[in-house]
Amino acid sequence: MIEFTDVVKSYEQGNKALNGVSMQIEDGEFVFLVGPSGSGKSTIIKLITGELKPTSGTVHVNGYSLERIRKREIPFLRRTVGVVFQDFRLIDNMTVYENVAFAMRVIGAKESEIKERVPYVLDLVGLENKTNRRPGELSGGEQQRLAIARALVNNPSTIIADEPTGNLDPARALEIMELLQEINNLGTTLLVVTHAQNLVNQFGNRVISLDEGLIVSDGLEEEAINEAQ
Amino acid sequence: MKLNNIGYLIKEGIRGIFLHGFMSFAAVCVTVACLLIVGSFSILAYNLDIMVEELNQTNEIMVYIDETLTVDEAKSIGTQLSGIENILQATFVPREEALKKFVADHQDDPAFSGVQASDLRHRYVVTLMDNAQMKQTDEIIKNIPGVAKTNAEYELAEGFSTIQDILQMVSVAVIAVLLVVSLLIISNTVKLAMYDRKDEIAIMKMVGATNGFIRLPFIVEGFTLGMIGAALAFGLEWVVYDGLVAKIAAMDSLKLFSFVPFQSLLIPMIATFCAAGFFVGIVGSWTSIRKFMDV
Repeated sequence: MIEFTDVVKSYEQGNKALNGVSMQIEDGEFVFLVGPSGSGKSTIIKLITGELKPTSGTVHVNGYSLERIRKREIPFLRRTVGVVFQDFRLIDNMTVYENVAFAMRVIGAKESEIKERVPYVLDLVGLENKTNRRPGELSGGEQQRLAIARALVNNPSTIIADEPTGNLDPARALEIMELLQEINNLGTTLLVVTHAQNLVNQFGNRVISLDEGLIVSDGLEEEAINEAQ
Repeated sequence: MKLNNIGYLIKEGIRGIFLHGFMSFAAVCVTVACLLIVGSFSILAYNLDIMVEELNQTNEIMVYIDETLTVDEAKSIGTQLSGIENILQATFVPREEALKKFVADHQDDPAFSGVQASDLRHRYVVTLMDNAQMKQTDEIIKNIPGVAKTNAEYELAEGFSTIQDILQMVSVAVIAVLLVVSLLIISNTVKLAMYDRKDEIAIMKMVGATNGFIRLPFIVEGFTLGMIGAALAFGLEWVVYDGLVAKIAAMDSLKLFSFVPFQSLLIPMIATFCAAGFFVGIVGSWTSIRKFMDV
């Protein structure tokens, strides 16, 4: 579960990125986070992954209190949150299999577990036939599927996707959103940050709209869009 | 960190060395050069210590009697010498006997073929009880009327001690500078490796790798570079030292210098080189890692 209570985040230069945000995302929910550039979306992601600490207020993520988390606990928080980026952030000199296995290896998984889990996840995202390819040999959509597989492989309870369709054409973007929906249906909490309003409209999920560091609407997509307007 | 990861982490560390082959090669070369110089200074200082110690153990003073004195007058000085507290024994050596020894020592040298007994002085070989008081005893002997000159090895020992002191100071400075140079080079090599893998490190952090897990391959890389450098420097030091010692032993003019065989220094040298390699490797990589851990 992700819970923000009266969260304010000010940067050193004095900019207030979040100005009293309160929200709660229950386990298993699929939530879109929308808003213009500079509205505070990235700050929310950084707070959830422990890259930043709130200036005031409380942030709870999967049992960790981010306002008082110790440095050495952050890796363990991050194992509960998979992150998918717009620019995929894959390792070019590793194969598809190695990119996913790498994420398991670095948290200390046994080789036997890796051999069992990686093919399963690659099958789930539809890359089971491309295990020996390198990211450069994949299409944009396939690269994003690989990034999702990597985020998924350690079985996190939450996946955060930051503009996962930003670099994809509409058909591939829809495929990725459907894949994320499928993952959510398997029980993983999904928080998708996006500008793609057309995609948000196609899924009947909760939408949180941010503007100037404040939540301006929170509800199903039609209500949110109406409120934001 | 789980034990089943150790093999993987070591493999990654070794991989890092080959990823930047040229920089790794440069780091090893600089480490070898630095450790070779450090080792040479240490070994030279050690040999000087031994030489000074040996010289200090020579407890004899040669007392030359004024050549204008007769044999009986010269012999009478023996009573005064025996009366000095620190003198154990004073053996009179008349000039004729001294000539025999001189001739025996220089029989192959035609330059000394015409030396006569009258050219030499009567002398005493004085043995001391306490070698530490050689200088004071020598001063007392010099003040005895009829003593022309003394030859006490403490002057040589003091000369060596001065060289030893200077060498020690220079060694400390050189060792410090060279260790810093090695540290910087290894640090830069590891930094380059980390820079090259900064995306990988960011992904590792993102998926929940601990700092220890991220650090270890780079520590392994620095350690391996340091130890390869130490091993090569040790081998080279051995070869160069043995060669130099053999050359010096063959030169008459340098017979005063005696060097211990390298084999007798094996354990301290291995320990020193390993410690230096370990130090530059681990500290060099650790300092560069710290800067990258906030990725």
